[in-house]
Amino acid sequence: MSVLQMETESAAVNERPSAENYLNCSHGFWSWAATRDHKRIAIMYLISVLGAFLLGGIFAILIRMELWTPQRTIMDHDTYNHTFTLHGAVMTFLFIIPSIPAAWGNFVLPVMLGAKDVAFPKMNLASYYLWVGGALFLLAAIVLGGLDTGWTFYTPYSTTTNSSVITASIGVFILGFSSIFTGLNFIVTMHTMRPVWMTWFRMPLFLWSLYATSIIQVLATPVLGITLTLLVAERALGIGIFDPKLGGDPVLFQHFFWFYSHPAVYIMILPAMGIISEIISVFSRKPIFGYRFVAYSSIAIALLGFLVWGHHMFTSGQSRISAIVFSALTFSVSIPSGIKVFNWLATMYRGSIILTTPMCYALSFIFLFTIGGLTGLFLGALATDIHLHDTYFVVAHFHYVMMGGTLVSFIAGLFYWWPKMTGRMYSEFWGRLGCFGVFAAFNLTFFPQFILGARGMPRRYYNYPPEFQLYHQISTVGAFLLGASLFVAAFTLIHSLFRGRKAPANPWGAASLEWQTSSPPPLHNFESDPCAGDPYDLDSQIYDPDLSGYRFRVESERLHSTNDSAI
Amino acid sequence: MLNQTAANVVGSQGQENHEQSHPRFLAHHFHSSEQQFDSGKLGMWLFLITEVMFFSGLFCAYAVYRSTHPEIFIYAHQFLDANLGATNTIVLLCSSLTMALAVRSAQTSQQKMLVVYLTLTLIFAAVFLSIKYVEYSHKWHAGLLWAGDFHPVAGHEHAHDGDGQDAGKTTVMPRDVGVFFSIYYALTGLHGIHILGGMGAIIWILIRAVRGDFNAEYYAPVDFVGLYWHLVDLIWIFLFPLLYLIH
Repeated sequence: MSVLQMETESAAVNERPSAENYLNCSHGFWSWAATRDHKRIAIMYLISVLGAFLLGGIFAILIRMELWTPQRTIMDHDTYNHTFTLHGAVMTFLFIIPSIPAAWGNFVLPVMLGAKDVAFPKMNLASYYLWVGGALFLLAAIVLGGLDTGWTFYTPYSTTTNSSVITASIGVFILGFSSIFTGLNFIVTMHTMRPVWMTWFRMPLFLWSLYATSIIQVLATPVLGITLTLLVAERALGIGIFDPKLGGDPVLFQHFFWFYSHPAVYIMILPAMGIISEIISVFSRKPIFGYRFVAYSSIAIALLGFLVWGHHMFTSGQSRISAIVFSALTFSVSIPSGIKVFNWLATMYRGSIILTTPMCYALSFIFLFTIGGLTGLFLGALATDIHLHDTYFVVAHFHYVMMGGTLVSFIAGLFYWWPKMTGRMYSEFWGRLGCFGVFAAFNLTFFPQFILGARGMPRRYYNYPPEFQLYHQISTVGAFLLGASLFVAAFTLIHSLFRGRKAPANPWGAASLEWQTSSPPPLHNFESDPCAGDPYDLDSQIYDPDLSGYRFRVESERLHSTNDSAI
Repeated sequence: MLNQTAANVVGSQGQENHEQSHPRFLAHHFHSSEQQFDSGKLGMWLFLITEVMFFSGLFCAYAVYRSTHPEIFIYAHQFLDANLGATNTIVLLCSSLTMALAVRSAQTSQQKMLVVYLTLTLIFAAVFLSIKYVEYSHKWHAGLLWAGDFHPVAGHEHAHDGDGQDAGKTTVMPRDVGVFFSIYYALTGLHGIHILGGMGAIIWILIRAVRGDFNAEYYAPVDFVGLYWHLVDLIWIFLFPLLYLIH
C-alpha cells in the first residue's frame, strides 16, 4: 500500500465524524426533547445532573462559608438547616444516584453491546422526564418553605416540622421511578440485546457493574417509594404508622429508609467501580487482573448491600443482637470491595502505565476510595461507632467514598468517553492539572473533618467550640479550591468543544466495542457490525500515527502471534 | 481470531428475518420479533418484582404491628365483613380466569373471544371495586378510619361479627386500634389503585383488540397486561386472610 493511499484512507476515516453522526443527523428542539436515541438522552441526563451538581455544590460552599466562624457567619441557624438538607437531598437524589448509570450507562451500554439502542427507548426517555419532574418537585420544596429534615427525612421530626416535606417526598418518589426505569431497561438490554458471541464473561466490567447496580435499583427503590408514600400519608392524614402518639414506631421508618438507602450507596459506588475497571486496564495496557473476581464482586456487593442497613442505626435503639449481626455483615462487604482494589493494583503491576487525565482520576479514585473504605471499618465496629456516630468522621467517610469515589470516577468517565461523545480531544495538560487540583483540594477539605469528628464535632451543628475553628477553616479553604479545580476541569472540556482537535475512533487503544465506531458514533451506533473480541485484549490494538489513534493490529504486526490466544 | 480479516460479525441473530417482510409491530432496534417479545416479557417480570417490593414494605409494617400488638388485630378484624371479602376474592379469581382465557384467545387469533373475555375481566374488576366501595363507605359512616381520624361511632361496633357467637360479648377496645385501620386502608387502598391502573391497561388493550391488532404472531401486550393482572389478584389473595380472617 503506498503512502498516498494510506493518507487518503486515514483522511476518510477522519472525515467520517464530520459526516453524519448522532449529533448532527437531525436538528431543532424536538429532535432532542422527543428523541429516543440513548446517546442524546445520555447527553440530556449529563447536562441535567451536572446542573444539579452545580446547585448542590453551591449549597456546599454556603455551608462551608457559614462554618468559617464558630458563631453566625453568613446565615441564621434555620437557613443553615435548610442549606445542609438541600445539599444532601440534591446531591444524593438528583446527582449521585442518576449520575453514572443515567449519563454514562445510557451512553455506553448499548454501544458496548454492539446494539442499536436500549431495549425500551421510550421508557428511557420517560425516565429522563421523570427525573425532570422529580427535580421540579424537589426545587419547589425549596421555594415552598424549604426543607430542614436532613436528606434522611427521619420521623418524628419530618412529620412535625413545618417545612415542605410532602413536596420533597413526592419529588423523591418520582425520582425513584426514574431510577427504576433506568435499571429495568439496563437489565433487559443486557439479557436480550447482546450479540451471540458475547457471553456474560466477555462483557466489559462496566456492564457487570451496571448490571449489579440495576439489580439494586429494581429491588430497593420500590421500598423507598412505599416508605415515602407512608410518610406523606402520615403527614397528610395521620395514619400513625411512624407516629408514637398514635401507637406507631418512628424507628420503623429508619429501618424502611435504610433498607433502600444503604443499597442506594451501592447504586452510587458500583458503576463508579466499573468505570475504574475499564480505565485502569486500558491505561496499564494490560488485561484486567482476575476478570471473574471483579465481575462477581460487583454482584456480591449488590447482594450483601441488602443485608447491612442496620449499621446506620447502631445507636437508635435496635436490639443488641441485631446490632452485632449487622456489624458482622457490614464487615463482609469489605471483602468484595477489597477484591476490586487489589485486582486494580494487580492490573497495574508491571503494566505500561500511561498517565492520561482519565488514568489520573482513576488513581485518585483508588487512593480516596481506599481511605473512605478503611475509615468505614471504624464506623462498622460497634464500640468505636458509639463514639464516632453522627460526627464529622461520618461526614468525612461518606464524602471520601461518595465524592472521592463516585464523583471522581464520574469525572474519570467524563474524560475517558468525552472524545467518543463529542468527537473532540481536550488538552491533557489542563485535564491533569484539574485532576491534581481536585485530588489535593479534596483531601484538604475532608481530611480535617476526620480529625474534627474523632475529637467530637457533631455533624449538622451550626455553632461549635472555638478550638475546632482551625480545622473548619482549613476545610472551607479546601472547599473553595475544590470548586475552582472542578471549574478548571469543566473549562478544559468546554474549551475542547471549540478548539479541540478531532478525536479518532479509538484514541486510547481500548478494545471494548464503543471504540470500534467513529467518534461521535452514527445514529445507530455502528456503520457495520463490530468485530468480536475480548474487551481486555489490548494487544489487538496498535497505534497508527496516520489516524493519531489506535486501530486493529493485523496478524503480521503481532509480537506473540498465537491464533488461539486471549479469547 | 482477533484480527481484522478473521473478524466475526455480530449480526447473526438477525439473519432469519431479513428475507421476510418486516413485522408490523417490530421496533427498529430489535433483530427479530422473538427478541422483542423476550425483552418485553423480562421487562414485565422485573416490573412485577418492583411491585412486589412496593407492597412488601406494607406487608412488613403489617408483620411488625401484628407481632408487637396482636390484640389490636384480633379485636379490630371483627369490623371487617368476611363475606364481602370472600365475595371479592371469588370475583377477582374469576377475573384472573377470564384474563387467562383472553391471553389464550389472543394466542389462537380468536379476536371475538378476546374482546369478550377482556370485557368480562373489566366487569369483574368493576364489581370488585363496587364491593370495596360498599365496605369503605360503611366504615366511613362508622368512623372507622385511620389512626389520626379514628372515632368509632357507638352502635356500629358489632355490625360484622363473622360467626355470630361473640355478637353479644362486649370486648374492651385495646389502645391504638386505629393503627390496624391505617394498615388496612394503606394495603387495600394501594391495591385498589392497582386495580384501577389494571382496568386502564385492559381498556387500552381492549381498544387495540377491537381494532384487530392482536393475533398469534403478535399478542405481547395482552400477555403482559395479563401478568400484571394476575399479580394484582395474587396480592389480594394474601390481603384477604391477613386482614379478614384473623383468629
